[in-house]
Amino acid sequence: MGPLTYFEIISPQWNYVIAVLIGIAFGYILEASGFSSSRKLAGVFYGYDFAVIRVFVTAVIVSIIGLLYMGYFGWIDYSVLFVHPTYLYASIIGGIIMGFGFIMGGFCPGTSLTAVAIGKLDGWVFTIGLFIGIFLFSLLFPYVQNLYFGGYLGHVKITDYYGISDGWFTFGFAVVAVVVFYISTLIRRRVKNVRY
Amino acid sequence: MKFWEQNKRHTYWNPYFGGAMLGLLMILTFYITGRGLGATGGTKNAIVATVETVAPTYASESAYYKKYYDEDKNPLENWLVFETIGILIGAFLSGAISGRVRFRVQHSPKITVKTRLIFAGIGGLLFGVGSQIARGCTSGAALSGSAVLSLGGFITMIAIFGTAYVVAYFFRKLWI
Repeated sequence: MGPLTYFEIISPQWNYVIAVLIGIAFGYILEASGFSSSRKLAGVFYGYDFAVIRVFVTAVIVSIIGLLYMGYFGWIDYSVLFVHPTYLYASIIGGIIMGFGFIMGGFCPGTSLTAVAIGKLDGWVFTIGLFIGIFLFSLLFPYVQNLYFGGYLGHVKITDYYGISDGWFTFGFAVVAVVVFYISTLIRRRVKNVRY
Repeated sequence: MKFWEQNKRHTYWNPYFGGAMLGLLMILTFYITGRGLGATGGTKNAIVATVETVAPTYASESAYYKKYYDEDKNPLENWLVFETIGILIGAFLSGAISGRVRFRVQHSPKITVKTRLIFAGIGGLLFGVGSQIARGCTSGAALSGSAVLSLGGFITMIAIFGTAYVVAYFFRKLWI
């Protein structure tokens, strides 16, 4: 039963080899989907290219459904999976700052790394900015602790927080996603082409 | 031949196929490691390693670096650092196969190279700060979080994309 390294079915010595292999697949998929191009990424906010939403939301749905089924079948112990913790204020404020970063820089950290790999100099500058930003945060850390630790709700799932079943939530999310995909197609037809 | 090369450079995977592959990779990653994917974690560890080397006393006392300070362990010996190296290799492979590897700055014809680079730098800086506050970026918090239905993951996802949509109008000259 998974997670394999958690139950030491795979010995921890393999951890870093696995990390590199998973990273290679991750980088390959992002680049092949066109995410090394900032203008393609930014298209989602102006309606001329919806690749970001399509890739991202499809990935979320596939992974939610896949992991839930693996839990039902007993192939993976869902209860030991790492659920990203919820610090209400930090999640919102951090997300807003990242939103500005996305629209100004045209990348997010993962996609900027793929741009670095294929020689996009704007990707290099973005990544240098990323290093500086993280360093800056470490200096500001003593002053933002209220924000950083405030509104802690634990490693909580959205379904547990609102008391809905995992299945119904996922079904609803999938329906919304299909509607979003359809609307994106309609918008794409009306917005004039942008060449990049 | 030349035409074909030209064409291939702009041909990407179908986004739904790419998304499905990314989802399957996410499942595999959780199945093997019990955690999701990440992109800022490796960068953060590189910073921690640098600060520990350059200013060890500061690192052992600072409120932030204290969390990671451990004399016996090199912060670069970390799962996400190795994963980040993999991202660079994988992206290079994909780019090389499709003939997309070359040094250049990609920008809208309406702005100069300089403008593009300045905003790329500011964007990166903001993403650096934001990802540390939210404890993860688009990959680590939004994508990996939502994959296991994390409340915080969904909140961060909505905050990132929502903000970008709301302010997109003011930055339109950069892109269209």
